[in-house]
Amino acid sequence: MRVFILRRLLQVIPLLLGISALTFLLMQLAPGDFLDTMRENPGISPESIESMKTRFGLDRPWHVQYALYLRNVLLRFDFGQSFSLHQPVFDVLREGMLNTLLLAVASAVVTWGLAIPLGVWAAVRQHSWVDKVLSMMAFAWLSVPEVLSGLLLLLLAASTGLFPVGGMRSIDWDSMDVIGKALNIGHHLVLPAIVVGMIPLASRMRQMRGNLLDVLRLDYVTTARAKGLDERTVIFKHAVRNAVNPLITLFGFTIGALLSGALVAEIIFSWPGLGRITYEAVITQDQYLVLGAVLMASSMLIVGNLIADLLLAAADPRISYD
Amino acid sequence: MTDVLPAPPVEEVAAAAPPQSPGRIFWRQFRKSQIAVIGAAVLLVLYTLALVAPFVAPYPQEEMDRGNFNHPPMALRWVDGEGRFHVWPFVHPTVLENSARFTYAENRSRILPLRLFVRGAPYRLLGLIPTNTHLFGVDAPERINLFGTDRQGRDVFSRLLFGAQVSLTVGLVGIAISFTLGLMLGGISGYFGGWVDNVIMRTTELLLTIPGLYLLIALRAIFPSDMPSHQVYLSIVVILAFIGWATLARVIRGMVLSIRRLEYVAAAEALGVGRLRIIARHILPNTMSFVIVAATIAIPGYILGEVFLSFIGLGVQEPAASWGNMLADARSIRVLRSYPWMLFAPGAAIFVTVLSFNFLGDGLRDALDPRRILGGKTS
Repeated sequence: MRVFILRRLLQVIPLLLGISALTFLLMQLAPGDFLDTMRENPGISPESIESMKTRFGLDRPWHVQYALYLRNVLLRFDFGQSFSLHQPVFDVLREGMLNTLLLAVASAVVTWGLAIPLGVWAAVRQHSWVDKVLSMMAFAWLSVPEVLSGLLLLLLAASTGLFPVGGMRSIDWDSMDVIGKALNIGHHLVLPAIVVGMIPLASRMRQMRGNLLDVLRLDYVTTARAKGLDERTVIFKHAVRNAVNPLITLFGFTIGALLSGALVAEIIFSWPGLGRITYEAVITQDQYLVLGAVLMASSMLIVGNLIADLLLAAADPRISYD
Repeated sequence: MTDVLPAPPVEEVAAAAPPQSPGRIFWRQFRKSQIAVIGAAVLLVLYTLALVAPFVAPYPQEEMDRGNFNHPPMALRWVDGEGRFHVWPFVHPTVLENSARFTYAENRSRILPLRLFVRGAPYRLLGLIPTNTHLFGVDAPERINLFGTDRQGRDVFSRLLFGAQVSLTVGLVGIAISFTLGLMLGGISGYFGGWVDNVIMRTTELLLTIPGLYLLIALRAIFPSDMPSHQVYLSIVVILAFIGWATLARVIRGMVLSIRRLEYVAAAEALGVGRLRIIARHILPNTMSFVIVAATIAIPGYILGEVFLSFIGLGVQEPAASWGNMLADARSIRVLRSYPWMLFAPGAAIFVTVLSFNFLGDGLRDALDPRRILGGKTS
């Protein structure tokens, strides 16, 4: 297992190098000179511009700049300075990543919390109207893009007043106690989490249904029934556990879609996550912030995939990576 | 009188013969799937409407009516204010009631019959024929806004049609480019192997490791933000194609790896056919049924990519319409609550399009299943 993790981590290095080089090249191709933009900004002193210029070699050709960037990242963990926010890039991204992670976890709760029970329900009542309605709804929901579901939920929030219409904290957040703070963030989290969590819901539900139907045909289920076990016990204690396993692999595949979906939800609901930061950085041509954000998003994807592999090994004793 | 049985017509004899062309079997299977036929029909209608958008749309997409900001959709009516039934539909003209909140009152005493083939703004039909005839309208100076107007008084119905020209074709053009790339590179990768394979596969991994929308907006940053609309269109297509080819190339590579071991490829090699020709003429055609299904399923992703870019203001710019920038108009809470048609009109258009492609893809997958084409499975 340790060898497997180590090998996977080693594979990540050239990948991250490639991504950073690609993004760096893209930012260089972008029109406009951000040094000029910085000079026009009265908030930035000429000294700090000069210091950035020498630190990152901003007047040198792009491959020299890239080498300097890599050196700063590797030796000092310095991802550069955000031009628009006047903060080190890493400080900006750290908070954004935490917020995106929070959103991702909440939306995973939405997906799995709905997909597994609904999938089980559809499988147990196979061919009934429940099954048909659920599969039709799943098909229709597959066709609702996040932009649309986000706006629909925003409309719901605005017209009922049940949920906040954006942001992450209320204005009086600072004066709340710990529980109040957590509840407040949770309240703001509900709608974006639904937007992101509903995207993979349809396919997860269909897969759960299919898996359970397959498992229910296996001999050990028949044995369990023959022993006289209650049907409830057969399904929930014996069958569902084995039917969930294949879904864990799929979890790894959906992290990319999850991050992309989170980006849409973050923009619509002003959730201060990595996606929103990236979007604003692209708009303000904040080179090092874009670069850092794309790297961080890709790293999240890579780490997520690794975790999914490990989870699978933990859940299924038949799999070993040695 | 002796009844002589007529000889069976030639077609019947042919139909009774067991072998059928794959195309025919495909068509028979495809028709069985009702939702796929519905999906295809809806898409045909949508694309036709997009093609003749300036004819069907009563007004040009950028034409503003300064007296009609945020006008709600007008209902087509058959019964007038006095309860009389009209065979031909009409609308009531409206007057602005409250200019701060934009509420309009219908003037029930006047009726504006719907007219067909009315004269309006000049345009070129299909980009060629100059004309000024529009499919429908009402007598000027009154206006008909079937889906309402937006905050600049532009007709939402007309903008939806012009927006379809962008939003619907971006998917087709994008997929044409990225699938050509994916087929070529995947084919080369699978057939040649070695370092070529290595370089191409590492590149796809690179592209697949960056979450899609992050890559999308990072790529958008390399184009200037204020380009003429046809350049914006082109850049969106190129970006979407650049992101999209990787997945396909990986699958095609896998298929080519297994096909190239088949005997007929060895036979072609023995006959001295060139390697690129073998890939293009003998190997790739075998992946076609998969590619067609994959393309149908992938098109919504491209459409949504454009919608997303235009929605966040990095895509098609005003005054040109796209479904994405129409949705962007509905982003504010005020618009959502008071003028929800600005959300529902483009939203419904996007939903119907994506749903139809999903229906079509589902039916195609069943109809192109090789086991069925070979007659193995029939249900």
